[in-house]
Amino acid sequence: MLLQEGSAKMAKEEFKSLEVYETGPTLTFSMGPQHPGTGHFRMVITVVGDMVVRCDPDPGFVHRGEEKMCEYKTWITNIPHLERPAILDSAGMTYPYVLAVEKLMDIEPPERAKYLRVIMAELQRICSHLYWLGLMGVFAGHATMYMWCFGDREYLVDLTQLIGGQRITHSYFVPGGVRNDAPPKVPRELVKDFSRYYRMILGKDYPGGEMPEDFRKYVLAVCDFFDARLDEYYPMLLDSPIFIYRTKGIGILKREDAISLGVVGPVLRGSGVKSDTRIDEPYDAYPYIKFNVPTMDGCDSYSRMMVGYYEMKESVKIIRQAVEQMPEGPVKLKQHPVTIKVPAGEVFASAEAARGQCSFYIRSDGTDKPYRVKICSPSFRNLIAMPYLIRDVRIADIPIIYWSLNYWPVECDR
Amino acid sequence: MSLSDVGEILARLIEDLKKKFGDKILEVNVEPKKITKVLVAPECIKEVAEYLKSEWALDYIKGVTGIDLSRLPNMAQEVLEVIYHVGSLSSEALKAVTLSLSTKISISDPVMPSLTSVWKGAEMHEREVYEMLGVNFKGHPDLRRLLLPEFWSDKPPLRKDYVAPGRER
Repeated sequence: MLLQEGSAKMAKEEFKSLEVYETGPTLTFSMGPQHPGTGHFRMVITVVGDMVVRCDPDPGFVHRGEEKMCEYKTWITNIPHLERPAILDSAGMTYPYVLAVEKLMDIEPPERAKYLRVIMAELQRICSHLYWLGLMGVFAGHATMYMWCFGDREYLVDLTQLIGGQRITHSYFVPGGVRNDAPPKVPRELVKDFSRYYRMILGKDYPGGEMPEDFRKYVLAVCDFFDARLDEYYPMLLDSPIFIYRTKGIGILKREDAISLGVVGPVLRGSGVKSDTRIDEPYDAYPYIKFNVPTMDGCDSYSRMMVGYYEMKESVKIIRQAVEQMPEGPVKLKQHPVTIKVPAGEVFASAEAARGQCSFYIRSDGTDKPYRVKICSPSFRNLIAMPYLIRDVRIADIPIIYWSLNYWPVECDR
Repeated sequence: MSLSDVGEILARLIEDLKKKFGDKILEVNVEPKKITKVLVAPECIKEVAEYLKSEWALDYIKGVTGIDLSRLPNMAQEVLEVIYHVGSLSSEALKAVTLSLSTKISISDPVMPSLTSVWKGAEMHEREVYEMLGVNFKGHPDLRRLLLPEFWSDKPPLRKDYVAPGRER
């Protein structure tokens, strides 16, 4: 509506008296839970202009009561539902549970099972990191990375399907070994499909020789292929000016803060702390394998992504060594009935999941069901970093910081 | 680091704690490879925690567990146990060590001091124990619900007398 001439001043005063949005200089709003950038997770954000002054994370939208459910199910039937909080990284999530039950039962898996577990855990770490890197690419305005990561992830998921029988959520680990052995031969169609892509990336033929379907050769070929792809990722995303501009110096978590807040995984190592459960408290076949723990001193979002990138390189190294060193033999001590009884006692066990250290506290009262299972999941431990990092930053930086933490809402809520 | 080194360090730690606090250490549960747990009274848990952080550099919180012990066999009274799992990152020698510091409180009056002033990272963990087991942490900066819905009005769900819907036996 056009204002009448001469009444402009009055209209202004009238408008002032009608102002109902008087909230002071700040504005509080919710980001999520249906925002595509956060997953099922909400942040209550207070802003002044474009600057965030306060962030209050509000998880719980996907809380399923896993810990209570553990008390109703038996020791074996707990495994399939315990990996649901992190389906991309189901091995990392069930690993500490299985280690804890083994410690309570005082058993140790056969040698071959130890290596198969390591291969599976590292494959899932790569799959989970690729998901992270791909979505980080989307939020940094780099959609190519999303396509690349999800395209290459397919061949690694094929490999986990070959070993575990499922694409995701394998329930592969059981107390006293793994559920089944890796197949000696790979289906011919899979090799045919993969060898085409292999030639495209590496510029040479698939190293099949007389036995192109051999499992060991196939895994090593996938490792070679993925290593070559990782080298292409670096100039594409991590050295790209768009990405560096969006992530460098954003979301700084100092070394002392990282330790005192108790964060884990790439977030901790991105702040320059060299800590990895695979090295500090080695379990299964990790003591026999040589690998590095990448750390970065930048303490920002860029460092955390770089740690994730180098971790994939190390995982490829681990898979190669594990496949070459893997002995023949049985893969489990015995087939447990569903109603095994575990001796009474309490145990605290940790393993390095894709997002960081995952720990289980388990108390048994000697029956066929756990008395209490406590899951200290990596995302829950990284949650506390959010109010510290999302402060004095711009609204546009929130998705970058959020994804650099590799936060997975379901894993946090359990 | 081999397992015997970790065991030795933990044995020395517990010896030191016993010497320093005497009767305040109610119970010590050492199971090699499984857990090393020190049980103290709720009144002096903060004192012990501060000592562990300043003298033993245990500055890294790994988790806080709350358990309802009332359904365990041979349990005379109804109690809740709260366990702090702590490790160290600033000391290279203690990286593989996890110590569990625990305390027992009665289920009728579940109050204990908060350890967020000692380990800042315990904030979210204590909020979870608060809503799941109804433990009231005195001195917590922001004791609110975390995972449960706003409309939750039943018992704290991880207590043993709460039965999940559809699971009645």
